[in-house]
Amino acid sequence: MAKGLVNRIIPFSSVDGPGNRAAIFLQGCNFNCLYCHNPETINLCRNCFICVKECPYGALSVEEGIVLWNNNLCKKCDICLKCCPYHSSPKVVAMETEEVVTIVKRISGFISGVTVSGGECMLQSEFLISLFEKMKDMNLTTFIDTNGSIPFQDNQKLISVMDMAMIDVKSFDSEEHKKLTGMDHSIVLKNVEFLGNIGKLYEIRTVIVPDILDNYSNVDSISRLIAKINPSIRYKLIKYRPLGVRKELMESCIPSDAMMNELAGLSKANGCNNVVIT
Amino acid sequence: MDKVLSIIKDNKLTYNQKVLNLAQAAEDSLSVFNITEETKEYIEARIICDLNEGNAPYKARYILPDYEKFMKNGSKFLELEPPKDIWEATNNLLILYKHVPSVTSFPVYAGNLDTLLEPFITDEEEAYRAIKLFLLHMDRTLRSSYCHANLGPASTKAGRLILKAERELQCSTPSITLKYNNETPDDYAIDAINTALITAKPSFANHSMFVHDFGEDYGIASCYNGLNIGGGSYTLVRLNLYFLAQRSKGIEDFLNNVLPEGVVRTSSLMDEKIRFLVEESGFFDTSFLVEEGLISRNRFTGMFGMFGLAECVNHLLLPKTPEERFGHGEEANKLGLKIIEKLQEEVGRHYNKYCETTGGNFILHAQVGIDSDTGISPGCRIPIGEEPELQEHIIQSAVFHKFFPSGISDVFSFDSTVKQNTEYILDIIKGAFNENMRYFPFYSTDCDVVRITGYLVKRSEMEKLDQGKAVLVDNVVLGLGAVKNQKVLDRKVR
Repeated sequence: MAKGLVNRIIPFSSVDGPGNRAAIFLQGCNFNCLYCHNPETINLCRNCFICVKECPYGALSVEEGIVLWNNNLCKKCDICLKCCPYHSSPKVVAMETEEVVTIVKRISGFISGVTVSGGECMLQSEFLISLFEKMKDMNLTTFIDTNGSIPFQDNQKLISVMDMAMIDVKSFDSEEHKKLTGMDHSIVLKNVEFLGNIGKLYEIRTVIVPDILDNYSNVDSISRLIAKINPSIRYKLIKYRPLGVRKELMESCIPSDAMMNELAGLSKANGCNNVVIT
Repeated sequence: MDKVLSIIKDNKLTYNQKVLNLAQAAEDSLSVFNITEETKEYIEARIICDLNEGNAPYKARYILPDYEKFMKNGSKFLELEPPKDIWEATNNLLILYKHVPSVTSFPVYAGNLDTLLEPFITDEEEAYRAIKLFLLHMDRTLRSSYCHANLGPASTKAGRLILKAERELQCSTPSITLKYNNETPDDYAIDAINTALITAKPSFANHSMFVHDFGEDYGIASCYNGLNIGGGSYTLVRLNLYFLAQRSKGIEDFLNNVLPEGVVRTSSLMDEKIRFLVEESGFFDTSFLVEEGLISRNRFTGMFGMFGLAECVNHLLLPKTPEERFGHGEEANKLGLKIIEKLQEEVGRHYNKYCETTGGNFILHAQVGIDSDTGISPGCRIPIGEEPELQEHIIQSAVFHKFFPSGISDVFSFDSTVKQNTEYILDIIKGAFNENMRYFPFYSTDCDVVRITGYLVKRSEMEKLDQGKAVLVDNVVLGLGAVKNQKVLDRKVR
């Protein structure tokens, strides 16, 4: 059985794919986006114990050199996340597939399926496969929310148990993408084409960040790409929101409704017929 | 006479509201019930409350006329022929509505509007005009949002036109329920959800569960009350479990002595109300609704209401932490269930010869509270401000629903962003009904029309009343009281 490093599970989510979905967030990401709004999901815990000393409720302890988190004592003040110098969380739990299945089973009558997100969940694809096999037994749909940096094409086993993917295309310009995330975007775009062509691409997302990115050019190119593959693939334009973002890395503001509407109009004019703003 | 004069001089009341209040004051000057001193003491202590039903009932509290029969036969008393087109159909219904009595003086049940109007839909554009005017007329003349129309479970052209008109009108009257089961097509359910996220209706009723309790001929009236079509309820009296618990020495004393005695005293008041209504008031002997077969006495029952379970449990258990309170702690939730099981058993012991349609027993109703309640939660609800996460909330609440054929519900407030993913709500409703939840009302945080406890009110109207101006709909007064005393607009947003 595979184990997954789980940051948290949201039993009912309205924003992680169609219908009501259990959203499972895995820990660890290979991008380091300037505008990341949950940077505590980026790295794995280094057991430096700084957070253990800072926790005001005694919810963190050390056992055999490893930080342990006590859910019952935790008051969710998030002081541990704020004091972590490594963008990690002591609340991450290594869960067996069966443990996650038990949680999903209790609510399976209420949901269309599960969406695994992150961090970057494709870094734990063995766990994804083992979880999705179980979800299929329960007649639930399986979605992946990914930054697109790890090739799908090589992972037939995953593709056979995965219904749909949602991919962030953060920038269409290679240099800009590198500056924003730390990595090149060539695999991201290959994944978009591959998944789009096999009918397993549910949604593309782009975060609109005033003054930092070339938003107009990005949306223009990305929407053309979507329209070429399949105009019904949903294109979600997301407003940048400063909540949770590391201010020392980047400062921007929330884009105006007018700007968002203009970009949505551009996407539609380029042939996308399912554009949403959020 | 002070009361009469103060009604006459009340600037917050319209002329019509004054007339109704004056009639109520006249009725309340009488005393016709033969009840014990012990029962009277409970009424004075607000342990037993009849929700302003009046001291000498001359009409049943909730009446559900057989509108299908009316459409087929017309009415001799009202000198109406059966309708031949959509204009006559809607006009006939509007005429009959004005002659259906109830505790509010306005009909609490408006019929299965979709199936009533479906046969008359030929030209959809014309039908839409007629339906929109019909609904507007209802809102402006039946000035109580306890007036309740039903739709479903099947999809109909009429049903879709009604939903469309409601989205445009955004009125508080009528309240609407969609009877939902697995035969309701998803796209119709989504149409209904889109409507509810704009104007807080329709609510979804678990059709299979109601059919199991009543058979196919049931309607949802007033807040969310399941009752027989062609009948209804003579009365609704509610028992305040919180105040009642304060009379006990502990859990065992409450379950074995105080609760059974509370049921006996409540039932004795209900018996008297029904006796006076049936045997003395002449209502069932003279009403044209009876004469024309639109209602019959033997289709009526009595609703035994309860409220304040959460506070009752917390009073008896004295939880030390929020995690131990009703709605969260296992022991508290188990005690809640035990109390309701005991309540059902005790209510089932009482026989009333005029309730033959429900086996000679009263049926349970989880009452939504009134504007003057403070610090006491409706029915079996978890107090506002203490609601758990949605999935836990539904699973915890649903266990109570099977005990209450004549109505129980929570109310769920969704963030307006769910409008982009309405399947989200449909999934939740399907899950809730699988858990045997009976009724699912909801609205969006940006609706003007909102569900207060069981009924609908416009926020804009409440603001008007709060500034000292008279308003059209009677429920606005109740709604504003509930907003101030029960913080109903502070429900957890999902």
